[in-house]
Amino acid sequence: MDQFRKETRQWLEDNCPLSMRAPVTSDKDECWGGRKWVFASEDQRLWLQRMGERGWTAPTWPREYAGGGLSSEQAAILQQELDRIGARAPLTSMGIKMLGPALLKYATEEQKRRFLPDIVRGRIRWCQGYSEPNAGSDLAGLKTRAEDRGDHFLVNGSKVWTSYSDESDWIFCLVRTDFSAAKHQGISFILFDMQSEGVSTRPIRLISGSSPFCETHFDNVRVPRENLVGELSQGWEIAKFLLTFERQYQGSWGSGDAALGAAAADAIGRDPGGRLADGLLRAEIIAFDLDQAAFSAYSQRVSEEAGGGGENGAATSILKYYGTELNKLRYQLQMAAAGSAAVEWGEGQDGSLSRDWLRSLGNSIEGGTSEIQLNVIAKRILGLPG
Amino acid sequence: MTSMLSEEQLLLRDSARSFLEARSPVAELRRMRDAGESWSPRLWSEMAAMGWTGVVVPEEFGGLGFGCVGAGQIFEQCGHTLANSPLMASAVVGAKLVEALGSPELKSSLLPMLASGESILCPALAEGERWALEDANTTARAEADGYVLTGTKSQLAFAEAADHFLVSARIAGNGPGHGGLSLFLLNAGHPGLSVESRLKIDSFSSSQLRLDSVRVGPQARLGEPGKAWPAIREAAEAGAACSAAELLGMASEAFQRTLDYLKQREQFGRPIGSFQALQHRAALLHCELELTSSVVLQALQACEAAATSASMLANLAKARAVKTAQLAVNEAVQMHGGIGMTDEFDIGLFLKRANAAFAEFGGYHYHADRFALQRNY
Repeated sequence: MDQFRKETRQWLEDNCPLSMRAPVTSDKDECWGGRKWVFASEDQRLWLQRMGERGWTAPTWPREYAGGGLSSEQAAILQQELDRIGARAPLTSMGIKMLGPALLKYATEEQKRRFLPDIVRGRIRWCQGYSEPNAGSDLAGLKTRAEDRGDHFLVNGSKVWTSYSDESDWIFCLVRTDFSAAKHQGISFILFDMQSEGVSTRPIRLISGSSPFCETHFDNVRVPRENLVGELSQGWEIAKFLLTFERQYQGSWGSGDAALGAAAADAIGRDPGGRLADGLLRAEIIAFDLDQAAFSAYSQRVSEEAGGGGENGAATSILKYYGTELNKLRYQLQMAAAGSAAVEWGEGQDGSLSRDWLRSLGNSIEGGTSEIQLNVIAKRILGLPG
Repeated sequence: MTSMLSEEQLLLRDSARSFLEARSPVAELRRMRDAGESWSPRLWSEMAAMGWTGVVVPEEFGGLGFGCVGAGQIFEQCGHTLANSPLMASAVVGAKLVEALGSPELKSSLLPMLASGESILCPALAEGERWALEDANTTARAEADGYVLTGTKSQLAFAEAADHFLVSARIAGNGPGHGGLSLFLLNAGHPGLSVESRLKIDSFSSSQLRLDSVRVGPQARLGEPGKAWPAIREAAEAGAACSAAELLGMASEAFQRTLDYLKQREQFGRPIGSFQALQHRAALLHCELELTSSVVLQALQACEAAATSASMLANLAKARAVKTAQLAVNEAVQMHGGIGMTDEFDIGLFLKRANAAFAEFGGYHYHADRFALQRNY
């Protein structure tokens, strides 16, 4: 392991451009890749290319699908070495965070070889077709229809809250293929190109002023049959499996720096004993800080117990619930610490406190509301009756 | 650090569980309360036979040398059955203080006695109703042939069982704050000492130790004059981490009993656990327990390794354990409804013991404040 660390450190030293070792300060600093991506800099392009070629954008995926082929211990070392030099993630990707694990588990060999390498290298950007106008918390009540036409499916319907679907290349999509079966039994998991005829998208402006989500409409979209993942009408299991990865990812927003209290004290002032001068705000920040430190310890434990596969089942609902509630509270406390400046609308689409706070309110809604997570914990973990 | 227990630690935990379920179940606390017994010499000698009284004492002094993580496993299980004893005061905090500050002669005479359970040591560190060990006002006036101790210590646990007290006192001439504190070892029967005990809601007692111009020889002082604070602090933090483990056990047990009740109790023709209003509260409590269990283990590990993070993690663990246990026992009473308010039912014993344990080795506000100060706000 020492040898691996040494080699990794040297490789990163040689290959991570200096400008990629600075903190992310705006949306543009984050690289999402894909056909439509306009790189913010040559360094951003190089960093993705070098990491992608090594498979280190998806360090634990198998080599045969262009992944890094690393053990979970090696991947942890890689992450430590990236953190050590303050390197940015070369790629932010729903393909890596969500779709990949589902394909590795449920896709055919041919599908894996077809789709995974483009995810690793950041060539195809994926979006998620889950929620519908009338299927939010009741996700399995979705109505988007895919008629079986033999060699293809004909897809009609609408999705909503499809993150960045206007900038994405492909979609992983839940569709109903059997209207007579019970609602969980008639759902299929399919993949298709967003450039297909009949696909249209419309960005939705949020209370934060930005438009990360879209409405996405399908009007007689032809999807080749080979793009079906798993068995026909058995897609709900895949959908739920993928959700555990989404929830784990969203939960990670709740881990974070320990500097909130000190930053507030720097802004507001300290009493002679060194305590934040506003005692009531201090008490609220302490309560948050204790919870966040405990949440980080819990997250670390969950990932250690999961080992390399990263499958955590219902525990991901704990991560999702607690992490997103913490993230909302973090912004709320930052707003309180900032005083009257907090409500300034600010320039641009991101990076201003008021806009980030407004965006954070969606954290406990997207990916399954907090209430849905508590339902999952109550039923699947605690075994409380339906 | 890893979040997993070693094989040895798991064995210790499992044997603690089966021992306590057999020899000190919740019914035993009820029996002791009704009989007016404030501690159990029988349980003490059985725990000693298990080796627990030497859990943190190094093997060279006759202990198990398990360290804080092992001790924490025992206390967590004690929390499950509400088994309270001088173990935390004497075998963990007392033994750690003697190990840190005692002379080689004292260590080789006293530590084996503590490890075997023959001797019970009662640390007397706090004063007044608050937990602010650095603000001790008890004085130790240096004289030609030793010291004269004067003051009143409080919040002593199991003073009635102890044969020795370990008293913190300020060497006269030093200013306020933690500088100038020394520790003195006194025989329980030393002239000038008097103990006054008060019954607590958990049916154990809390004692005051009055020192009325108590004369001791120079050999009663442990360590360099006026330099006991770092050791006191470290031992108290280990105590706080163990107390957090005990509270975690109580909270988990109260929660498990509540969960069983939610599945079994029927109203409106269905189990009350099928109601979402209760499900969500139970789910939240489960989250809190999972998080607290993670930080308790981290704190125990850090104390065992004497890591620089030990202090902050002990603050974090105790603060979180208090909040979690508070929620768990309050919800337990509420979700049990009327029966939870009756003396006949055991949940009330968890409520009372937990609330008494909150203050032991410092409560939520003490630890939350220290945690924030260490994070520079």
